[in-house]
Amino acid sequence: MEELNLFVKSIFIDNMIFAYFLGMCSFLAVSKNVKTALGLGIAVTFMLTVTMPINYALDKYVLQEGALSWLSPSLASVDLSFLGLIMFIAVIASGTQLVEMAVEKFSPSLYASLGIFLPLIAVNCAILGGALFMQQKDFGSAVTATVYGFGSGIGWLLAIVGIAAIREKIAYSNIPAPLRGVGITFIITGLMGIAFMSFLGIKLG
Amino acid sequence: MLSKKNKEALFNPLSKDNPVLVQILGICSTLAVTVSLEPAIVMGIAVITVMAFSNVIISLIRNTIPTTIRIIVQLVVVAALVIMVQQFLVAYNYDVSKQLSVFIGLIITNCILMGRLEAFALNNKPWPSFLDGIGNGLGYSIILVIVAFFRELLGSGTIFGFQVIPQWCYDHGYENNGLMILPPMALITVACIIWVHRARNTELQEN
Repeated sequence: MEELNLFVKSIFIDNMIFAYFLGMCSFLAVSKNVKTALGLGIAVTFMLTVTMPINYALDKYVLQEGALSWLSPSLASVDLSFLGLIMFIAVIASGTQLVEMAVEKFSPSLYASLGIFLPLIAVNCAILGGALFMQQKDFGSAVTATVYGFGSGIGWLLAIVGIAAIREKIAYSNIPAPLRGVGITFIITGLMGIAFMSFLGIKLG
Repeated sequence: MLSKKNKEALFNPLSKDNPVLVQILGICSTLAVTVSLEPAIVMGIAVITVMAFSNVIISLIRNTIPTTIRIIVQLVVVAALVIMVQQFLVAYNYDVSKQLSVFIGLIITNCILMGRLEAFALNNKPWPSFLDGIGNGLGYSIILVIVAFFRELLGSGTIFGFQVIPQWCYDHGYENNGLMILPPMALITVACIIWVHRARNTELQEN
Protein backbone atom coordinates (compact mmCIF):
# COMPACT_ATOMS: atom_id res chain seq x y z
CA MET A 1 0.00 0.00 0.00
CA GLU A 2 2.81 2.34 0.92
CA GLU A 3 4.42 1.64 -2.45
CA LEU A 4 1.19 2.42 -4.31
CA ASN A 5 0.90 5.67 -2.41
CA LEU A 6 4.48 6.62 -3.26
CA PHE A 7 3.84 5.69 -6.90
CA VAL A 8 0.81 7.98 -7.22
CA LYS A 9 2.59 10.73 -5.29
CA SER A 10 5.66 10.64 -7.51
CA ILE A 11 3.51 10.86 -10.64
CA PHE A 12 1.17 13.67 -9.69
CA ILE A 13 2.41 15.61 -6.69
CA ASP A 14 6.21 15.36 -6.89
CA ASN A 15 6.07 15.51 -10.68
CA MET A 16 9.60 15.88 -12.06
CA ILE A 17 8.59 18.62 -14.51
CA PHE A 18 5.94 20.61 -12.71
CA ALA A 19 7.28 20.50 -9.17
CA TYR A 20 11.06 20.33 -9.70
CA PHE A 21 11.65 21.37 -13.34
CA LEU A 22 13.98 18.44 -13.94
CA GLY A 23 14.69 17.43 -17.53
CA MET A 24 13.40 20.76 -18.77
CA CYS A 25 15.87 21.08 -21.66
CA SER A 26 14.79 17.97 -23.51
CA PHE A 27 11.22 18.64 -22.41
CA LEU A 28 11.27 21.91 -24.36
CA ALA A 29 13.37 20.72 -27.27
CA VAL A 30 11.65 17.42 -28.07
CA SER A 31 7.98 18.26 -27.48
CA LYS A 32 7.08 19.37 -30.99
CA ASN A 33 5.13 16.21 -31.82
CA VAL A 34 3.53 13.47 -29.77
CA LYS A 35 5.30 10.50 -31.35
CA THR A 36 8.90 11.51 -30.57
CA ALA A 37 7.79 12.83 -27.18
CA LEU A 38 6.36 9.41 -26.35
CA GLY A 39 9.61 7.72 -27.44
CA LEU A 40 11.75 9.97 -25.28
CA GLY A 41 9.34 9.59 -22.36
CA ILE A 42 9.60 5.81 -22.52
CA ALA A 43 13.41 5.99 -22.70
CA VAL A 44 13.56 8.24 -19.63
CA THR A 45 11.11 6.07 -17.66
CA PHE A 46 13.17 3.00 -18.51
CA MET A 47 16.47 4.60 -17.46
CA LEU A 48 15.00 5.92 -14.21
CA THR A 49 13.60 2.48 -13.34
CA VAL A 50 16.87 0.70 -14.16
CA THR A 51 19.38 3.08 -12.57
CA MET A 52 17.41 3.69 -9.38
CA PRO A 53 18.01 0.28 -7.70
CA ILE A 54 21.67 0.30 -8.80
CA ASN A 55 22.24 3.73 -7.33
CA TYR A 56 20.29 2.71 -4.24
CA ALA A 57 22.55 -0.29 -3.66
CA LEU A 58 25.62 1.85 -4.32
CA ASP A 59 24.45 4.43 -1.79
CA LYS A 60 23.50 1.86 0.86
CA TYR A 61 26.48 -0.47 0.60
CA VAL A 62 29.38 1.73 -0.54
CA LEU A 63 28.86 5.45 -0.09
CA GLN A 64 27.00 6.16 3.14
CA GLU A 65 28.78 6.63 6.42
CA GLY A 66 29.55 3.18 7.80
CA ALA A 67 28.13 1.52 4.70
CA LEU A 68 31.35 -0.40 4.09
CA SER A 69 31.16 -2.23 7.43
CA TRP A 70 29.89 -5.37 5.66
CA LEU A 71 33.40 -5.72 4.19
CA SER A 72 35.25 -5.54 7.45
CA PRO A 73 34.39 -3.90 10.80
CA SER A 74 37.45 -1.67 10.57
CA LEU A 75 35.87 0.21 7.65
CA ALA A 76 32.81 1.25 9.68
CA SER A 77 34.04 4.81 10.11
CA VAL A 78 34.60 5.45 6.38
CA ASP A 79 32.26 8.05 4.89
CA LEU A 80 32.38 8.27 1.11
CA SER A 81 29.16 10.22 0.63
CA PHE A 82 30.97 13.15 -1.02
CA LEU A 83 31.72 10.84 -3.94
CA GLY A 84 27.98 10.35 -4.51
CA LEU A 85 27.67 12.69 -7.47
CA ILE A 86 30.52 11.22 -9.47
CA MET A 87 29.38 7.62 -8.82
CA PHE A 88 25.77 8.33 -9.79
CA ILE A 89 26.70 10.08 -13.00
CA ALA A 90 29.09 7.24 -13.88
CA VAL A 91 26.33 4.67 -13.34
CA ILE A 92 23.91 6.71 -15.43
CA ALA A 93 26.35 7.38 -18.27
CA SER A 94 27.53 3.77 -18.51
CA GLY A 95 23.94 2.52 -18.08
CA THR A 96 22.86 4.64 -21.02
CA GLN A 97 25.72 3.26 -23.09
CA LEU A 98 24.79 -0.34 -22.21
CA VAL A 99 21.10 0.17 -22.88
CA GLU A 100 21.94 1.76 -26.19
CA MET A 101 24.05 -1.22 -27.25
CA ALA A 102 21.42 -3.72 -26.04
CA VAL A 103 18.57 -1.96 -27.84
CA GLU A 104 20.62 -1.69 -31.02
CA LYS A 105 21.35 -5.43 -30.94
CA PHE A 106 17.95 -6.80 -29.96
CA SER A 107 15.46 -4.32 -31.38
CA PRO A 108 16.79 -2.30 -34.30
CA SER A 109 13.33 -0.84 -35.00
CA LEU A 110 13.02 0.65 -31.50
CA TYR A 111 16.62 1.86 -31.79
CA ALA A 112 15.83 3.64 -35.03
CA SER A 113 12.75 5.31 -33.62
CA LEU A 114 14.53 6.56 -30.48
CA GLY A 115 17.52 7.70 -32.51
CA ILE A 116 19.62 10.37 -30.87
CA PHE A 117 17.51 10.61 -27.70
CA LEU A 118 19.03 7.50 -26.20
CA PRO A 119 22.56 8.87 -25.70
CA LEU A 120 21.16 12.26 -24.74
CA ILE A 121 19.34 10.99 -21.66
CA ALA A 122 22.71 10.52 -19.94
CA VAL A 123 22.70 14.27 -19.35
CA ASN A 124 18.98 14.50 -18.63
CA CYS A 125 18.74 16.06 -15.18
CA ALA A 126 15.60 14.07 -14.36
CA ILE A 127 17.65 10.91 -13.99
CA LEU A 128 20.47 12.32 -11.86
CA GLY A 129 17.83 14.32 -9.97
CA GLY A 130 15.91 11.11 -9.28
CA ALA A 131 19.05 9.54 -7.81
CA LEU A 132 19.74 12.59 -5.62
CA PHE A 133 16.14 12.75 -4.34
CA MET A 134 16.32 9.02 -3.63
CA GLN A 135 19.39 9.68 -1.48
CA GLN A 136 17.60 12.52 0.28
CA LYS A 137 14.35 10.63 0.93
CA ASP A 138 16.26 7.71 2.43
CA PHE A 139 14.00 4.87 1.25
CA GLY A 140 13.72 1.68 3.29
CA SER A 141 14.26 -0.87 0.52
CA ALA A 142 15.40 -1.18 -3.08
CA VAL A 143 11.80 -2.00 -4.11
CA THR A 144 10.52 1.30 -2.77
CA ALA A 145 13.32 3.13 -4.58
CA THR A 146 12.49 1.37 -7.85
CA VAL A 147 8.80 2.23 -7.47
CA TYR A 148 9.80 5.85 -6.93
CA GLY A 149 11.98 5.80 -10.06
CA PHE A 150 9.23 4.22 -12.17
CA GLY A 151 6.61 6.66 -10.88
CA SER A 152 8.81 9.70 -11.56
CA GLY A 153 9.45 8.41 -15.05
CA ILE A 154 5.73 7.98 -15.75
CA GLY A 155 5.11 11.49 -14.42
CA TRP A 156 7.74 12.86 -16.81
CA LEU A 157 6.23 10.87 -19.69
CA LEU A 158 2.74 12.23 -18.94
CA ALA A 159 4.03 15.79 -18.84
CA ILE A 160 5.98 15.63 -22.12
CA VAL A 161 3.18 13.85 -24.02
CA GLY A 162 0.67 16.38 -22.67
CA ILE A 163 2.70 19.39 -23.73
CA ALA A 164 3.46 17.84 -27.14
CA ALA A 165 -0.26 17.31 -27.75
CA ILE A 166 -1.03 20.93 -26.83
CA ARG A 167 1.81 22.24 -29.01
CA GLU A 168 0.48 20.25 -31.97
CA LYS A 169 -2.93 21.85 -31.45
CA ILE A 170 -1.67 25.43 -31.17
CA ALA A 171 0.66 25.19 -34.18
CA TYR A 172 -1.63 27.42 -36.23
CA SER A 173 -2.82 29.78 -33.48
CA ASN A 174 -2.17 33.48 -33.78
CA ILE A 175 0.37 34.05 -30.98
CA PRO A 176 2.17 37.41 -30.54
CA ALA A 177 5.41 37.13 -32.52
CA PRO A 178 7.89 37.47 -29.61
CA LEU A 179 6.13 34.69 -27.69
CA ARG A 180 6.10 32.16 -30.53
CA GLY A 181 7.91 28.90 -29.93
CA VAL A 182 9.62 28.85 -26.55
CA GLY A 183 7.72 31.66 -24.82
CA ILE A 184 4.27 30.18 -25.24
CA THR A 185 5.57 26.73 -24.29
CA PHE A 186 6.81 28.14 -20.99
CA ILE A 187 3.43 29.70 -20.29
CA ILE A 188 1.53 26.51 -21.12
CA THR A 189 3.88 24.50 -18.90
CA GLY A 190 3.23 26.97 -16.09
CA LEU A 191 -0.53 26.65 -16.51
CA MET A 192 -0.27 22.85 -16.60
CA GLY A 193 1.80 23.09 -13.41
CA ILE A 194 -0.94 25.11 -11.73
CA ALA A 195 -3.47 22.49 -12.84
CA PHE A 196 -1.29 19.69 -11.46
CA MET A 197 -1.15 21.48 -8.11
CA SER A 198 -4.78 20.53 -7.61
CA PHE A 199 -3.56 16.97 -7.00
CA LEU A 200 -1.81 18.19 -3.86
CA GLY A 201 -2.87 16.20 -0.84
CA ILE A 202 -4.01 13.07 -2.68
CA LYS A 203 -3.49 10.05 -0.47
CA LEU A 204 -4.47 6.44 -1.12
CA GLY A 205 -5.51 4.10 1.66
CA MET B 1 44.36 39.85 -24.00
CA LEU B 2 40.95 41.07 -25.18
CA SER B 3 40.91 40.83 -28.94
CA LYS B 4 37.65 41.32 -30.82
CA LYS B 5 36.91 37.59 -30.84
CA ASN B 6 37.58 37.26 -27.12
CA LYS B 7 35.32 40.19 -26.39
CA GLU B 8 32.56 38.50 -28.34
CA ALA B 9 33.08 35.28 -26.39
CA LEU B 10 32.74 37.26 -23.17
CA PHE B 11 29.93 39.70 -23.93
CA ASN B 12 27.67 38.01 -26.51
CA PRO B 13 26.20 35.55 -23.99
CA LEU B 14 24.99 38.44 -21.84
CA SER B 15 22.11 39.31 -24.14
CA LYS B 16 22.30 38.51 -27.86
CA ASP B 17 23.35 34.90 -27.35
CA ASN B 18 22.06 34.41 -23.81
CA PRO B 19 22.24 30.75 -22.76
CA VAL B 20 18.83 30.80 -21.05
CA LEU B 21 16.79 33.12 -23.26
CA VAL B 22 18.20 32.29 -26.69
CA GLN B 23 19.91 28.91 -26.50
CA ILE B 24 17.26 27.62 -24.02
CA LEU B 25 19.81 25.73 -21.94
CA GLY B 26 19.99 25.15 -18.21
CA ILE B 27 16.35 25.87 -17.56
CA CYS B 28 15.89 23.43 -14.68
CA SER B 29 17.95 25.30 -12.14
CA THR B 30 16.89 28.72 -13.42
CA LEU B 31 13.39 27.89 -12.33
CA ALA B 32 14.03 25.94 -9.18
CA VAL B 33 16.45 28.14 -7.23
CA THR B 34 14.82 31.52 -7.84
CA VAL B 35 12.32 31.77 -4.99
CA SER B 36 14.55 34.41 -3.38
CA LEU B 37 17.68 36.34 -4.30
CA GLU B 38 20.32 34.88 -2.01
CA PRO B 39 20.27 31.25 -3.24
CA ALA B 40 19.97 32.56 -6.81
CA ILE B 41 23.19 34.56 -6.49
CA VAL B 42 25.06 31.72 -4.79
CA MET B 43 23.90 29.38 -7.55
CA GLY B 44 25.05 31.90 -10.16
CA ILE B 45 28.52 32.14 -8.64
CA ALA B 46 28.75 28.35 -8.40
CA VAL B 47 27.85 27.96 -12.08
CA ILE B 48 30.30 30.68 -13.19
CA THR B 49 33.13 28.99 -11.27
CA VAL B 50 32.39 25.50 -12.55
CA MET B 51 31.92 26.72 -16.12
CA ALA B 52 35.10 28.77 -16.30
CA PHE B 53 37.32 26.05 -14.87
CA SER B 54 35.77 23.11 -16.69
CA ASN B 55 36.12 25.05 -19.94
CA VAL B 56 39.82 25.68 -19.21
CA ILE B 57 40.53 22.07 -18.22
CA ILE B 58 38.75 20.57 -21.23
CA SER B 59 40.42 23.10 -23.50
CA LEU B 60 43.86 22.17 -22.12
CA ILE B 61 43.38 18.45 -22.76
CA ARG B 62 41.25 18.84 -25.89
CA ASN B 63 43.89 17.34 -28.18
CA THR B 64 44.43 14.22 -26.07
CA ILE B 65 40.78 13.20 -25.49
CA PRO B 66 39.65 10.44 -27.87
CA THR B 67 36.37 11.62 -29.41
CA THR B 68 34.55 8.38 -28.61
CA ILE B 69 34.77 8.81 -24.84
CA ARG B 70 34.71 12.60 -24.65
CA ILE B 71 31.26 12.78 -22.99
CA ILE B 72 32.44 10.62 -20.08
CA VAL B 73 35.65 12.65 -19.73
CA GLN B 74 33.66 15.89 -19.69
CA LEU B 75 31.22 14.51 -17.12
CA VAL B 76 34.06 13.40 -14.84
CA VAL B 77 35.81 16.79 -15.01
CA VAL B 78 32.56 18.65 -14.33
CA ALA B 79 31.52 16.27 -11.56
CA ALA B 80 34.86 16.69 -9.78
CA LEU B 81 34.56 20.50 -9.92
CA VAL B 82 30.95 20.40 -8.72
CA ILE B 83 31.91 18.21 -5.77
CA MET B 84 34.54 20.80 -4.77
CA VAL B 85 32.01 23.64 -4.98
CA GLN B 86 29.49 21.59 -3.01
CA GLN B 87 31.95 20.78 -0.20
CA PHE B 88 33.01 24.44 -0.09
CA LEU B 89 29.39 25.58 0.26
CA VAL B 90 28.60 23.04 2.97
CA ALA B 91 31.65 24.26 4.90
CA TYR B 92 31.12 28.02 4.56
CA ASN B 93 27.43 28.65 3.87
CA TYR B 94 25.49 25.74 5.28
CA ASP B 95 22.04 27.40 5.23
CA VAL B 96 22.15 28.25 1.55
CA SER B 97 23.54 24.82 0.68
CA LYS B 98 20.51 23.31 2.46
CA GLN B 99 18.17 25.59 0.47
CA LEU B 100 19.77 24.67 -2.83
CA SER B 101 19.65 20.97 -1.83
CA VAL B 102 20.06 18.77 -4.89
CA PHE B 103 20.37 21.62 -7.35
CA ILE B 104 24.09 22.16 -6.71
CA GLY B 105 24.61 18.52 -7.67
CA LEU B 106 22.47 19.03 -10.73
CA ILE B 107 24.98 21.57 -12.11
CA ILE B 108 26.63 18.43 -13.53
CA THR B 109 23.75 17.87 -15.89
CA ASN B 110 23.20 21.57 -16.52
CA CYS B 111 23.00 21.63 -20.30
CA ILE B 112 24.84 24.97 -20.53
CA LEU B 113 27.99 23.25 -19.33
CA MET B 114 27.87 20.35 -21.75
CA GLY B 115 26.76 22.67 -24.51
CA ARG B 116 29.68 25.08 -24.08
CA LEU B 117 32.23 22.28 -23.61
CA GLU B 118 31.08 20.63 -26.83
CA ALA B 119 30.61 23.81 -28.84
CA PHE B 120 33.49 25.96 -27.64
CA ALA B 121 36.11 24.45 -25.34
CA LEU B 122 36.79 21.46 -27.60
CA ASN B 123 37.91 23.73 -30.44
CA ASN B 124 39.49 26.72 -28.71
CA LYS B 125 42.55 27.71 -26.68
CA PRO B 126 42.31 27.93 -22.87
CA TRP B 127 42.11 31.74 -22.56
CA PRO B 128 39.15 32.29 -24.93
CA SER B 129 37.48 29.22 -23.37
CA PHE B 130 37.89 30.77 -19.92
CA LEU B 131 36.26 34.01 -21.13
CA ASP B 132 33.48 32.05 -22.83
CA GLY B 133 32.82 30.20 -19.57
CA ILE B 134 32.70 33.42 -17.58
CA GLY B 135 30.44 35.07 -20.19
CA ASN B 136 27.93 32.25 -20.33
CA GLY B 137 27.95 31.86 -16.56
CA LEU B 138 27.24 35.59 -16.24
CA GLY B 139 24.47 35.47 -18.84
CA TYR B 140 22.88 32.64 -16.88
CA SER B 141 23.27 34.46 -13.54
CA ILE B 142 21.70 37.66 -14.86
CA ILE B 143 18.50 35.83 -15.74
CA LEU B 144 18.59 34.03 -12.40
CA VAL B 145 18.83 37.34 -10.55
CA ILE B 146 16.06 39.03 -12.57
CA VAL B 147 13.65 36.13 -12.03
CA ALA B 148 14.53 35.87 -8.33
CA PHE B 149 14.11 39.64 -7.88
CA PHE B 150 10.53 39.65 -9.15
CA ARG B 151 9.58 36.44 -7.40
CA GLU B 152 10.93 37.58 -4.04
CA LEU B 153 9.51 41.10 -4.36
CA LEU B 154 6.01 40.07 -5.38
CA GLY B 155 5.92 36.78 -3.50
CA SER B 156 7.29 37.79 -0.10
CA GLY B 157 7.57 41.60 -0.31
CA THR B 158 11.28 41.39 0.53
CA ILE B 159 14.65 41.81 -1.18
CA PHE B 160 17.57 39.84 0.25
CA GLY B 161 15.26 39.14 3.17
CA PHE B 162 14.70 42.84 4.01
CA GLN B 163 11.13 44.11 3.99
CA VAL B 164 10.81 46.64 1.13
CA ILE B 165 7.04 46.93 0.78
CA PRO B 166 6.06 49.25 3.64
CA GLN B 167 3.63 48.24 6.33
CA TRP B 168 1.00 50.85 5.37
CA CYS B 169 0.49 49.06 2.04
CA TYR B 170 -0.49 45.95 3.95
CA ASP B 171 -2.69 48.03 6.23
CA HIS B 172 -4.55 49.29 3.17
CA GLY B 173 -5.20 45.84 1.87
CA TYR B 174 -2.09 44.91 -0.18
CA GLU B 175 -1.35 41.19 -0.09
CA ASN B 176 1.76 39.23 -1.05
CA ASN B 177 1.06 37.15 -4.11
CA GLY B 178 1.53 33.63 -2.77
CA LEU B 179 1.40 32.20 -6.28
CA MET B 180 4.77 33.80 -7.10
CA ILE B 181 6.55 31.51 -4.64
CA LEU B 182 5.09 28.39 -6.22
CA PRO B 183 6.97 26.59 -9.03
CA PRO B 184 4.61 27.35 -11.96
CA MET B 185 5.05 31.13 -11.70
CA ALA B 186 8.80 30.75 -12.31
CA LEU B 187 7.95 29.48 -15.79
CA ILE B 188 5.60 32.35 -16.47
CA THR B 189 8.16 34.91 -15.22
CA VAL B 190 10.78 33.50 -17.59
CA ALA B 191 8.21 33.56 -20.39
CA CYS B 192 7.63 37.28 -19.74
CA ILE B 193 11.39 37.95 -19.83
CA ILE B 194 11.63 36.06 -23.14
CA TRP B 195 8.70 38.13 -24.43
CA VAL B 196 10.39 41.44 -23.60
CA HIS B 197 13.79 40.25 -24.86
CA ARG B 198 12.43 39.06 -28.21
CA ALA B 199 10.26 42.12 -28.65
CA ARG B 200 13.47 44.19 -28.46
CA ASN B 201 15.56 41.79 -30.58
CA THR B 202 13.19 41.03 -33.43
CA GLU B 203 15.74 38.87 -35.29
CA LEU B 204 15.33 36.20 -32.59
CA GLN B 205 11.62 35.70 -33.16
CA GLU B 206 10.40 32.35 -34.47
CA ASN B 207 7.86 31.91 -37.22
